[in-house]
Amino acid sequence: MLDSLYSILPDLNKAFFETLYMVAISLGVALIVGLPLGIALFVTDRGLFFENVWIKQVAGVLVNLIRSVPFIILLVALLPLTQLITGTTIGPTAASVSLSVAAIPFFARLVETSLREIDKGVIEAAVAVGATPWMIIREVLLPEAKPGIVQAITVTAISLLGYSAMAGIVGGGGIGDFAIRFGYYRYDNTIMLTTVILLIVIVQLMQVIGDGVARAVNKR
Amino acid sequence: MIEVRDVTKIYTAKGKDIVGVKNVSLTIEKGEIFGIVGYSGAGKSSLLRCLNLLEKPTSGEILIDGVPITTLSKKELREERLKIGMIFQHFHLISAKTVFENIAFALRAAGKKKAEINQKTLELLQMVGLENQKDQYPAQLSGGQKQRVGIARALANDPKVLLCDEATSALDPNTTKSILSLLKSINKKLGITIVLITHEMEVVKEICHRMAVMQDGEIIEAGDVYNLFAHPEKELTKTFISSVIQMELPEPLLKGRKGVVIKIHFKGAIAEEAVVSELFQNFKVKGNILHGKIEYIQETPLGIFIMELLGEEAEVKRAITYIKDRIQNLEVVKQVA
Repeated sequence: MLDSLYSILPDLNKAFFETLYMVAISLGVALIVGLPLGIALFVTDRGLFFENVWIKQVAGVLVNLIRSVPFIILLVALLPLTQLITGTTIGPTAASVSLSVAAIPFFARLVETSLREIDKGVIEAAVAVGATPWMIIREVLLPEAKPGIVQAITVTAISLLGYSAMAGIVGGGGIGDFAIRFGYYRYDNTIMLTTVILLIVIVQLMQVIGDGVARAVNKR
Repeated sequence: MIEVRDVTKIYTAKGKDIVGVKNVSLTIEKGEIFGIVGYSGAGKSSLLRCLNLLEKPTSGEILIDGVPITTLSKKELREERLKIGMIFQHFHLISAKTVFENIAFALRAAGKKKAEINQKTLELLQMVGLENQKDQYPAQLSGGQKQRVGIARALANDPKVLLCDEATSALDPNTTKSILSLLKSINKKLGITIVLITHEMEVVKEICHRMAVMQDGEIIEAGDVYNLFAHPEKELTKTFISSVIQMELPEPLLKGRKGVVIKIHFKGAIAEEAVVSELFQNFKVKGNILHGKIEYIQETPLGIFIMELLGEEAEVKRAITYIKDRIQNLEVVKQVA
């Protein structure tokens, strides 16, 4: 058993880094695009300083549209876009495109939810003090929602880890794909178990780190 | 200073119109502390929030220092808001920022330079007595301390007006007292106009110069606090006043009286005179004090006595006339049985 484990180590190592690569890229994109989108979804809401029904509706529908497509279909449907951006439709970089597209609305909604939990009075007090909208976003909304946003990043990262297992469809590789190909299709329980344990450990680690950071930034 | 002209605020919720404020006109003078009293839902909060346009009036006009704030652009309104401080019942501090940062935030909103911000924030902290708490987070403070931070933040940009939205309603009586005396001293020292809303008459009695009573979105009675306490006209005003000055005699106690029961209001200097003792010297009546109280409203005494007069009917009548000549406000609660 140890022998077979030993023999898969190089492959497993490669898969591990592929997963890391895909999750990191798509998480990064989700942060860069999803955070502003989440803020936009919130501040254009009724009674807030950028109240705008039109933007709110369009952004809301767009987000729901992407979120309602099963990831595996999104993965295939986005192949032309992937080709356009990365010049290829196979490999971890290619898989990162559709992972990013799936992660953006997911993360944006989570950001919106954590912003919604801020006491409206605090925002109002900032308005009453004469602060500009930009100041309110940067110095009230983001700091107040920081624990929630950290949790959102954790949840998004863990979901991306799950989604990345499907990246095998486009030859993306990664641990999930490795488990399916070697463990599931070849009935190799040792590999299956090893990869599953590895995934469990990674998820646990992400959660523990996420919770820790969220607690550290929480001043409430 | 503040002029409210025929302001109406109507809320629309689920297709229904709810009137928050109805045709309110009001003038608040520079440097005074003005109290608006009413039960919850009376529209006092809506009215207050119209004064810095947290709520936009449906109709009417509001002038602050001659500036019609209802017609300002977004940017102009932001600049005007720097001159209108506001504190809240639940403080509304930024929980992720320290006490110092919370106050500095207001100064940054005004675009002040860093050195100036540091100096001013320290001054403000000193004024509200929180120098030692400057690096703590709001969660580590008591309610009274949080409100002090709120006050410091509201005063950061040297506003002309301070709006207080039930500022002491979440605080215990002792803390309320200390916050009120802080507000009073700010009003005296800085000459800042304070508008406060509350359902606690104690607050009005303690610090307000003038007051208005609101019911169903309208101002039903307004005037000098002392005069309103001495001569309330509307039922609601009386109810509010009786919450701080209990003036009614219990029914069973009143029934058992044989003589004439009178109620006297002593106002101002006369409350300190010996009207009652002169009464007993000059007339052959016996007095029996059933209830008596002297309240000090802004350092002016307001005395209320309920007493029973015993003696010959003619003599009692003369005695009553004697008091009526000296004091306008005498009410015969009960004639001879």
